Amino acid sequence: MWRAVLALIVKELLAVLKDPKSRMVLIVPPLIQLIVFGYAATFDLNRVPIAIYDQDHSEASRDLVAQFLGSRIFERVATLQSARRITPLIDARKVDLVLSIDRRFTRDLLTHQPAPVQLIVDGRDSNTALIILGYANSIITDFSLDWMQAHGERPVPAVLDVRARYNPTLSSQWFIVPGIVAVLTQVVTLLVVGLSVARERETGTFDQLLVTPYRQGEILLGKGLPGLLIGGIEASVIILAAVLWFGVPLRGALFPLYLGLLLFVASVIGIGLMISSIAVTQQQALLGAFLFMVPSIMLSGFATPIANMPPLIQDLTWLNPMRHFLIVVRGVFLEGAASGTFLPEYAAMAGIAGTSLFAAGWLFRRRVY
Amino acid sequence: MPAESELPPALRLEGVSHAFTSRGRTAAALDGITARAERGAVTGVIGPDGAGKTTLMRLAAGLLQLRSGRIEVLGIDVARNPDDARSRIGYMPQRFGLYEDLTVRENLDLYAKVQNVPRAGREARDGELLHMTGLAPFLSRLAGRLSGGMKQKLGLACTLVRVPEVLLLDEPTVGVDPVSRRELWEIVDHLVRTERMAVVLSTSYLDEAERCRSVLLLHEGRLVGATDPASFAAQVSGRSFHVSAAGTGKRQLQERLARTPGVVDATIQGAFVRVVTESGGQLSAAELSPQATPLTIVPVPPRFEDSFVALLKSSSPATASPGQAIARGETPEENGSRGTPSPPETTGSAGNEPVIFADRLTRRFGSFIAVDAVSFAVRRGEIFGLLGANGAGKSTTFRMLCGLLPPSDGTLRVAGYDLRRAAASARGRIGYMAQKFSLYGDLSVLENLRFFASAYRLLEPHRGARIAWALEEFGLGPHADAVSRELPLGFKQRLALACALMHEPEILFLDEPTSGVDPLARREFWRRINALAESGVTVLVTTHFMEEAEYCDRLAVLAQGKVLAAGDPESLKARARTAERPQPTMEDAFIALLEAASRPRAA
Repeated sequence: MWRAVLALIVKELLAVLKDPKSRMVLIVPPLIQLIVFGYAATFDLNRVPIAIYDQDHSEASRDLVAQFLGSRIFERVATLQSARRITPLIDARKVDLVLSIDRRFTRDLLTHQPAPVQLIVDGRDSNTALIILGYANSIITDFSLDWMQAHGERPVPAVLDVRARYNPTLSSQWFIVPGIVAVLTQVVTLLVVGLSVARERETGTFDQLLVTPYRQGEILLGKGLPGLLIGGIEASVIILAAVLWFGVPLRGALFPLYLGLLLFVASVIGIGLMISSIAVTQQQALLGAFLFMVPSIMLSGFATPIANMPPLIQDLTWLNPMRHFLIVVRGVFLEGAASGTFLPEYAAMAGIAGTSLFAAGWLFRRRVY
Repeated sequence: MPAESELPPALRLEGVSHAFTSRGRTAAALDGITARAERGAVTGVIGPDGAGKTTLMRLAAGLLQLRSGRIEVLGIDVARNPDDARSRIGYMPQRFGLYEDLTVRENLDLYAKVQNVPRAGREARDGELLHMTGLAPFLSRLAGRLSGGMKQKLGLACTLVRVPEVLLLDEPTVGVDPVSRRELWEIVDHLVRTERMAVVLSTSYLDEAERCRSVLLLHEGRLVGATDPASFAAQVSGRSFHVSAAGTGKRQLQERLARTPGVVDATIQGAFVRVVTESGGQLSAAELSPQATPLTIVPVPPRFEDSFVALLKSSSPATASPGQAIARGETPEENGSRGTPSPPETTGSAGNEPVIFADRLTRRFGSFIAVDAVSFAVRRGEIFGLLGANGAGKSTTFRMLCGLLPPSDGTLRVAGYDLRRAAASARGRIGYMAQKFSLYGDLSVLENLRFFASAYRLLEPHRGARIAWALEEFGLGPHADAVSRELPLGFKQRLALACALMHEPEILFLDEPTSGVDPLARREFWRRINALAESGVTVLVTTHFMEEAEYCDRLAVLAQGKVLAAGDPESLKARARTAERPQPTMEDAFIALLEAASRPRAA
């Protein structure tokens, strides 16, 4: 039996590697995506264009503006003399933020009254707007504290002192890059496996395979193991790149990471084979793969936190293998967590893998077209 | 107005060559073709798949960029004035782009709009087209619901919404049932006769050549003949015979005759062996049969195919088709017939019990009944054919027998098993060769053989021996490392058969095994199948090809999911025998059956 399954695996690998097109799909797009995602997909804001409308023209207001511009976060692109230019600038997306300092600013500060500073932010991209406001807020808080100290006032009773555990500089690259391991492994495995049965259906070789003495479990193994091999290699390359190129710390051991990877790739293979055995043509398989891929990334916690989703959707994400693997891969990378921590994730992925592989094997023979 | 003969011809090709490049390799599709097609006549472009027919048609229609040579349509240079030429051409590709979700009328309207046909006069033209194609009663039917033959006719009607001067038809009759095929030809003849249209029609069916005014014979991209069919066939006149021998099976007789010196071609035709000799004159029984078996020899009129085979065999080895050496009966054949699998051990089933058995086999897809209570039985060592047009239900029956599709109703037994429910090992008893030779195209010949040897669980040293046997027996040795996708069609077919025979199966399933391959490769293929049947292998063949039906011991003729008739080829043909047709062909028999089947319903 093993000899026959081995022959199937060798054939499958040869078919993938001998075809220059599928060989390219395995190497070039993941590499490009790794670089693009690694650098481009970040929540950190840099050089946000702002306009300054300083009506006070005092030392204090110049200090505040200097603190805004001193950070690399904001960059002045306009200085306004009248309020009328605010709306056109924001409408034209020339600036994301307008800092407007009232002409009573210094007077209020000196008379110990709350000194109003107006921030007008472009709210069309709500996520960015919130981040900008957060930065601006902390600059204004710092300014207030400095002012009080310099003018011998009593400091405010409670002072915030933040330490970020696991990611001291709050670099979003540390958060995103381990996630890319999951995303790219899923894309490549799903494409390799998802198209394989459909391709054989198109050329008629799948019927040929079904009339040989192969049992459906053996076909499943023969189709799945090459995917496991390719997905594993792909993931290892990205893990290496994450550590060596992006400098993300790999604090945990390899065992919990690879155990998670094994279960994750197995569940992706199961889903890929299911799509593949339902599809009649490669085109249908490709559409099916994307139909699965997009929501699975959206609902995985790769970019947006699952905790923010409505409860029903949160429950739904349990069916998403990527959600579980993201917890494992981020946990191992940043926390250095051990395998014991991930038992619920391992169990969930094992369940998804088992169910989907079984369903795929069943569909191989039952599917009538 | 000048006389027709002074006008430029409908189509003129001058030194036309074309090559396709893929993955750095160049494959010549056409090689220096110089030919012409006359006005007001049907010109056949005839040759097996891969001969370059479609390339030639597409070049003539201006759909492919001409690289070398010159093509003129009605005197217009196609490369220089493609739009001008295209406005006078009607082109129907192999798979005409019908919109299956639109009705017949909507398809016609759409093509009229696409072709910018003015509203005025369309009414009359449509009526004429619908009358000609017999589609008038089906105007509101969805194109996807039409039969294969009706789809082809609708495609033709859509091509003709604008009256072209030159009509290019690329394999319009492939896979179409014989009745529709005859009707398509009647339409073509009608167009030529009444509208003086020039028709250039490509086909791989050699018997269609006889319906053309002139033919261009293509073989591996070369023009090997350009004549009128009658005088082409006459080249072998007096050299064709029907031979039969009392007491000798037709297959042994054919095998022996094929090896006799002086015999160019020997094929099975029902109960007879059709023989074409090297030189004319009366064939003497003594010459053919030194063992003095009493032979009956009847001279028969020459066929187009006889000449074609004689021509291919006499052409130089460099241009020979892949199967030539073996088909000629030279060395590989000697060890070949000995190398064919030894008779498989008999199964538990005793004596006369059928090896393949179907009883009221039915398959429904929704409300559509693809196979309707089909019953037949095949004995050991028999070659059994399922003959029918595309959509007749033969592929569905075939897939049920192989265990690929569950029947909706009825019982079936293959070697005593229902392959769908039986243990996986039961599948090791059957060999399967699918339509279009499904092989792993990216893998080399050797890798394909190795894979199937392992798939059938052959163990060393037997496995190695079988792979060596396949390479040797099928002449694949020199191509062992060639990528199978790039093999010529004849070699693909050999490789597919080699893979199917790897494990010496007792039952062989063949789905359209020789459709489109050249006549020599087809002969070689059937020689092997005959040898296998002689050694006790049971063979089930599906085909829409009348000629392949002749090789069968018995056949079931299928139409619309039902068995119209079953029996041996001779008795089926005998049913169609009439006073004006004393020697009906298989096609005549098929048409007679279809007509008989539709008559009670029409009444």
